Amino acid sequence: MKTASPFLELDNEPRVNVVFDGNALSLPEGANLAAALMAAGVNVFRHTPVSGAPRGPFCMMGACFDCLVEIDGTTKQACMTVVTDGLEITRAHRDGALT
Amino acid sequence: METDYAIIGGGIVGLSVAWGLLRRGRTVTVLDGDDGSFRASRGNFGLVWVQSKGMNQPRYASWSQQSAAIWADFANEVAGNTGQPIPLEQNGGYDLHFSEETLEATVAKYEKLKAQLGGNYPYEVLGHNALRKEEPHIGPKVVGAILHHQDGHANPLKLLKALAADVRRMGGHVLVGKTVTDVSKPDGFHITCADGTIVTSGKVVLSAGLGAAQLGPKMGFKAPVRPQRGQVLITEKLPKMINRPSLIARQVDEGGIQIGATNEEVGLDDKVTQTGLSGLAAEAIAAYPALARAQLVRSWGALRVLSPDGLPIYQQSTEMPGAFLVTCHSGITLAAAHARLLPEWLEGTDAAPDLEVFSEDRFSVS
Repeated sequence: MKTASPFLELDNEPRVNVVFDGNALSLPEGANLAAALMAAGVNVFRHTPVSGAPRGPFCMMGACFDCLVEIDGTTKQACMTVVTDGLEITRAHRDGALT
Repeated sequence: METDYAIIGGGIVGLSVAWGLLRRGRTVTVLDGDDGSFRASRGNFGLVWVQSKGMNQPRYASWSQQSAAIWADFANEVAGNTGQPIPLEQNGGYDLHFSEETLEATVAKYEKLKAQLGGNYPYEVLGHNALRKEEPHIGPKVVGAILHHQDGHANPLKLLKALAADVRRMGGHVLVGKTVTDVSKPDGFHITCADGTIVTSGKVVLSAGLGAAQLGPKMGFKAPVRPQRGQVLITEKLPKMINRPSLIARQVDEGGIQIGATNEEVGLDDKVTQTGLSGLAAEAIAAYPALARAQLVRSWGALRVLSPDGLPIYQQSTEMPGAFLVTCHSGITLAAAHARLLPEWLEGTDAAPDLEVFSEDRFSVS
C-alpha cells in the first residue's frame, strides 16, 4: 500500500483503529471514510466484478458508486460512511457474489 | 418534398424503421419527443424474447423468432458502423415456476404452439435439480423452469444510443424535443409540431408509442394502445451469478441485476410504489435467495405500449394512404425485424413480410 498520499488532512481529530483489506490503519474519528482512506494512501478501493478494473472514489457525494467497500458483509459507499472505531473493511465482492 | 419518410417517434421502434429505410437509400427525418415523454425505450427490460409470445397467434411467435434470428447480425452491423458495441447474449432464457401446476399448464400451451409452428419451438423443461446445475443460485421454491433456446437479452440503452448514432451517420435527420400536434395530407404529408416546426414528407410512419393514441385518430387509425406500468429494481454490480435471463431477473453485461417487472393498469403514471417494489424484491429473492444480500441502487417505472391483444399493430391508413402505424410491446425483440424486414412492407416490395394478422381490422366492432 502506498504511503505517500496526495491528499492532506486538515484536522487533529482523535484517531481510531480500523482494518482495511487486512491492513491496520489509524484514521480520524468521525471523518468521511473515503476521504480518510485516500489520505491514508489507499487509492484503489476495489476491482470491478466484470472486468476487474481498479476503482476508487470519484464523485465523493454518493452518486457514482465507485468507492464501494464491504463492511459487516454489506456493500457500502465509503463516501457515505463515517469513520468509527474498530471498523473492519474489506474490498467489495473480493470473494465472489454474495457468499 | 423535404424527405421521403417522416418518422414520428424516435425510440427504438422509430429508429429501427428509420435505420432500415436509410439503408435502402431513402431520406428520413425522425421527430423525437422530449424528457417529458413516456419513453419505453429507456425503461424496458432488455429481453430479446420468444417464449410465451403468440400463444393465441402463431404468426406473432414466428415474427418474434424471425427477429431474434437476425438480431445478432443486425446489432453487429450497427456496432460495426458506429464503433459502439451492443452487448447481446442469446444462450436461451427461462420461464421460472414456483408450482408444478403452472409449469405443466405452460408446457401444454407451448406444445400446442409448437405444433402450429411446425415444430420450430426449441424448449426443454428443467426440473429443480437440472435447473440448479445451470443456475447454482436458484432457490428451493423454484420447482423448475422452461428453458427456451431462442431467448436472450441485450443492453437496450446501448442499442438505443448506437442506433441513434447510426441513423445520423447515414444522413438521417433526428429532430429532438418535438411534439407533433397535427398531420395532414393536402398533397404530400404535412407534419406540424407544437414549436411551429413543419416537416413535409412523401410517407409518414407513426411510431410514437403511447403518443399514437392521440395522433392516430387524426391520421385515420384506431390506434387502441394503452399504458401498462412495469416497475423494476437494479442491484449493485455483482460477479456473475445468473447465467440466463428470465422475466424475474437478468444480470446485465455490466454486472448489475435487473429485477422486474410489475404489470399495472394505472394509466399514464410511471412512478414507483413501495408495494410494487417490495413485491418484486420478494419474488426475486424466492428465485435467487442470495439476492437478499444485494444492495439496490436504482428503481424506476416505465410504461409498456399495449394493444388490446398485446400483439403489434402494422397498418397503413386508408384515410391517408402513405401513413403507417407501427406499434408494439416488444420494441427490443422486434428491432431487427423492424430494421431489416419492415421497410420492405413500407416500400410495398415483393419481399414484404406478411403482416396481415397485425392489421387494425382485428379490432373492428362486429
